[in-house]
Amino acid sequence: MSIDLTQVKPGETGVIKELRGGTEFVRKIQSMGIRPGRRIRKVSSHFWRGPQTIEVDKARVAIGFGMAKKIIIELDE
Amino acid sequence: MKKILLMGNPNVGKSAIFSRLTGARIVISNYPGTTVEFTQGQMKIGRERPFVIDVPGTYTLEPTSKAEEVATQMLKDGDVVINVVNATNLERNLYLTLQLLEKNRPVVVALNMWDETKHQGIDVDVKRLEERLGVPVIPTCGLTGQGIKRLIVRLQEAKALDLKPSSDSDKWERIGKIIEECQRITHHHHTLLQRLEELSIKPLSGIPIAIGVIYAAFWAIRFIGEGLIAYILEPLFAKAWVPLMLKLSVLLGEGTFFHNVLIGSLINGQIDFKMSFGVLTTGLFLPIAMVLPYIISFYLILGIMEDFGYLPRLAVLVDNFMHHIGLHGFAIVPMMLSLGCNVPGALAVRLLEGRREKFIAATLIAISVPCMAQIAMIIGLVGERGGQYLGIIFGTLFILMIIKGLIMNKVLKGTSPEILLEIPPYRIPQLTAVLKKLSMRVSGFLKEALPYVLLGVLFVNILYVLKIIDFFSQVFAPLLTGLWGLPKEAISALIIGFLRKDVAVGMLGPLDLTTKQLVIGSTILAIYFPCIATFVMLVRELGIKDMLKSATIMMFVALLVGILLNIIL
Repeated sequence: MSIDLTQVKPGETGVIKELRGGTEFVRKIQSMGIRPGRRIRKVSSHFWRGPQTIEVDKARVAIGFGMAKKIIIELDE
Repeated sequence: MKKILLMGNPNVGKSAIFSRLTGARIVISNYPGTTVEFTQGQMKIGRERPFVIDVPGTYTLEPTSKAEEVATQMLKDGDVVINVVNATNLERNLYLTLQLLEKNRPVVVALNMWDETKHQGIDVDVKRLEERLGVPVIPTCGLTGQGIKRLIVRLQEAKALDLKPSSDSDKWERIGKIIEECQRITHHHHTLLQRLEELSIKPLSGIPIAIGVIYAAFWAIRFIGEGLIAYILEPLFAKAWVPLMLKLSVLLGEGTFFHNVLIGSLINGQIDFKMSFGVLTTGLFLPIAMVLPYIISFYLILGIMEDFGYLPRLAVLVDNFMHHIGLHGFAIVPMMLSLGCNVPGALAVRLLEGRREKFIAATLIAISVPCMAQIAMIIGLVGERGGQYLGIIFGTLFILMIIKGLIMNKVLKGTSPEILLEIPPYRIPQLTAVLKKLSMRVSGFLKEALPYVLLGVLFVNILYVLKIIDFFSQVFAPLLTGLWGLPKEAISALIIGFLRKDVAVGMLGPLDLTTKQLVIGSTILAIYFPCIATFVMLVRELGIKDMLKSATIMMFVALLVGILLNIIL
């Protein structure tokens, strides 16, 4: 099942399937290690469309809600 | 070899390696992007003395932000690049490495944070990695200095590979292969610190932790600051300095010009360090015995929080709130720095992306975030009259910040950009690093502030003697007395406030004000205009046009708040 990052619940894991958005956004987020094929774990989700934090490649990254909407995740079974 | 560039992702410990190489005393911090203003030093290799440049952290050479633009520009005139790589985060870091190898510059790779890999169950085959990359790879630990000597020796082996430019996907594919061959990750249990890391960025546990941390921080700052004043500095001045000054007073003769300037006026025949206002009495006591203790305690606590890695977490937690006032979470960093001194705060404003955001942050900081020197003076002067009055002053500033933020967010076109921030792992702060940074900041304060305070006090006395203050008092009397309910002599504080805010607050002391007047005066002094040093810095960051707009807002707000407080209190 693929959903966007904001819909992933804290604690759930999955693989990044797709990055949607402009080239600048995609390049920026890729250079931080967030790119298709990477395994992620959602760490937390802040209230009222707040930032989403994930763990990828042993690093933690906080991502704004709107950006997180553009990151599509394939959840683990 | 003339110029050595240190390049790498944000937060990989470049600054620590820099200070190891050069022995220079620079700030080492744990949150991303502290080195947007680059630092330069010199090192010694045999007979050569090449320059070393600490380039702002960057994830890519195709710039996506101002800091990355600077980094790409600097690459053009470097002779050798030391690519600092976070060994615990190899895969992502290698992207920049591969980009660097395509730029035809000699490169060596410093595999930094080597000590952390063991804790995290990461095993890197350095020899293999070196073969695969084709340039020297040296494991290092900037904090302890491990591997630095080898890094210097092997600098000579730096190689320019001049790889053909490849596409992003080719690079990632190559990185994937390298990682597969060179890195092995073994399972390990989460340490206590790592559990704490998770808890502090989950909203339900993170918010109570943040409140606790901030409360504890302020408690510690006050405890240390007050302790230093009561047990060390006040007794020192009372026992050692007063007798000397009394002798000088007799020597000069009360009422003479030099007595007025150096000693000031005697209060009931005695020297009162808060009231006399001579260069050698109040001029020395104010920066050393009233302000310095809080500078020490504030920067000690801030340094520990920075090195522990707490600030980025705070940024994530407050992100939502900050969006309402036109900023995003990371703006908490310039704000926290501004609590120490508005000048580095104004510098850090450049870490924010857009012009709109910079404008909002600068205006909010200049109006609502008093520096520690000013806070210390307000505590020293107003605190005596009761803690609730401190509450009124700082509460007013805080409410103002929210109101102004809400208004600017509505009025100014555009929206605040979203947060995208790497959160570094918690690290136990190293005592030597914390103390080094503290001593640098404290000596910075003494060098910057002490001469200005002495000059400011001298200047005030001369203005008094020349009756210039009297002139301005008459001109501004309607504003001060009519609207704000202050005595017209308070204009002297407003004049000096352009130079130093702490001296300005101090000048309210001898005016014999009521508590209400003291509260209004202190609040206006915080709001009406930044001190000259901050002003210059803000002009550089915002441009003169935006700064004039911002200054207009400040003066307007000061006028309004003064009137309101005069009516309400």
